[in-house]
Amino acid sequence: MTKWLEDHLPKLMLAPSFVAVLVFVYGFIAWTAWVSLTRSRLLPKYEIEGLIQYERLFASPRWDTALNNLYIFGTLFIVIAMALGLLMAILLDQNIRTEGAIRTIYLYPMALSMIVTGTAWKWILNPGLGLEAMVKGWGFERFSFDWIVDPDMAIYTVVIAALWQSSGFVMALFLAGLRSVDGEIIKAAQVDGIPTWRIYTAIIIPSMAPIFLSAFIVLAHLAIKSFDLVIALTGGGPGFATDLPATYMYAMAFSRGDIGQAASSAMVMMAVVFAIVVPYLYSELRPQKDG
Amino acid sequence: MADLVISPARGQSQAVRLLLRWSLYAALGFFVVIYLMPLFVMVTTSLKSLEEIRTGDLVALPREVTFDAWLTAWSGACTGIKCEGVQPYFWNSVLIAVPGVAISTLIGAINGYVVAQWRFRGANIIFALMLFGCFIPFQVVLLPMARVLGIMGIAGTIQGLIFVHVVYGLGFTTLFFRNYYVTIPVELTKAAKVDGAGFFRIFWSIFLPLSLPIIVVTVIWQFTQIWNDFLFGVSFSQAGTQPVTVALNNIVNSTTGVKEYNVDMAAAIIAAFPTLLVYVVAGKYFIRGLTAGSVKG
Repeated sequence: MTKWLEDHLPKLMLAPSFVAVLVFVYGFIAWTAWVSLTRSRLLPKYEIEGLIQYERLFASPRWDTALNNLYIFGTLFIVIAMALGLLMAILLDQNIRTEGAIRTIYLYPMALSMIVTGTAWKWILNPGLGLEAMVKGWGFERFSFDWIVDPDMAIYTVVIAALWQSSGFVMALFLAGLRSVDGEIIKAAQVDGIPTWRIYTAIIIPSMAPIFLSAFIVLAHLAIKSFDLVIALTGGGPGFATDLPATYMYAMAFSRGDIGQAASSAMVMMAVVFAIVVPYLYSELRPQKDG
Repeated sequence: MADLVISPARGQSQAVRLLLRWSLYAALGFFVVIYLMPLFVMVTTSLKSLEEIRTGDLVALPREVTFDAWLTAWSGACTGIKCEGVQPYFWNSVLIAVPGVAISTLIGAINGYVVAQWRFRGANIIFALMLFGCFIPFQVVLLPMARVLGIMGIAGTIQGLIFVHVVYGLGFTTLFFRNYYVTIPVELTKAAKVDGAGFFRIFWSIFLPLSLPIIVVTVIWQFTQIWNDFLFGVSFSQAGTQPVTVALNNIVNSTTGVKEYNVDMAAAIIAAFPTLLVYVVAGKYFIRGLTAGSVKG
């Protein structure tokens, strides 16, 4: 008996976590998937009715706005964060004496809650008292920067705040990448008289492809999950102008009492994450099988 | 890589070199200003009176420093009906984060130890399944979790939130420890087994003493995640058990009375303070967690 226990102890120790993950991740996903196929409203129903919730979802103008916003926000956020991150990493990689301090400053927003970031930027972007008022006060009476209350522009304020929060992190990823490039190749290129910018575009940046991929995955993942930032910055407004899938799902689940819509929108979010993360995880885990 | 410095081609003058160097520092300085600006604005706004905020400049230093807003934020600001400031919610967050971090780190350490050192058939699949749990959008578990917490009788309680954070933190804590322990040769465990040491003995006397760096990384990661969480906090709490992020949002977005921007900013700084402090004190480990959690995820 004790022998058996000793042999199986590692499995027994892992078992509770395994069960927890099976139930609370996979079981719950299955539950949500199931409910998304029913006519559930305030209370869940379990008779499968097909894809009506998804039909309702994609017929809803609010969901349409949310998806559109995710597309705008996600694209701008990912592209600009990578560009800024790379630029800052290259600038910092030039034997800067105060590198440590500067890196700390670029990265500190990542330690903050999105709610704090949203609160701060909501105040800065406040047209009456924030940046706009400040520049007007400097004598530029015509200056206008009221994106946060403009339904057509408000989503871009979410991009600004998200970039402030996360671009330093991308910088840190790229900086680590720059430092891992083989120094011999670079030296050889320098000896050959290849100009520095060519060394970057032809040697260093291509060799950092895996880091671009990682950064892309992380940023895409952050974009899809974005919820708290929007809640704190714009509350999804003006109107529903800055709704994202995550805020739509929350509204349906907890204020509209429409469980069917909440479940189906959550499943769509899940599918988007799946499409991005699964190929990545697969390629990451594969070489470890024989290891 | 440190030897690749953007430098003018050979033969260019000292002046050009100096100019390049100066523009480099100017660019870096520009970004420094951009990144520090919101923090600066938060701090200065929190120290101004409402009167001064209305008449003054966003980035101006306070003419008269007052801590009234801080006092109100801590113990008087209204979150909905109650007006007790962020203080009770700050302590809620502490009560959620401390056990949440401790439990998820401990379980993660054991899991990582099993997956990395006691490989058995299926262990890798279990690990992959757990890892995938890190990536799901939590919206997909909100509805069933709300019901299960109700069934368990811990809906709307601090315990309920601790439970949720432990369950969804396990993937990451396991990942951290697994990736750390996998670098320790399995032969060490095998030799200890031959010498008659058991599962816990090996963990306790060999692995735990080696684990300080990864424990620090994991604790910081989990603390930041749990402290900064909003989605679980707003979904699974009720009046009185909300974490500080939810209280902050309620204060800022409460529509009653005069908008007190200085109080909003003070409350935001209070909510941000613990994680900022961790970042300043142990930034190196914080970054390591971020990169380990995302790159090797």
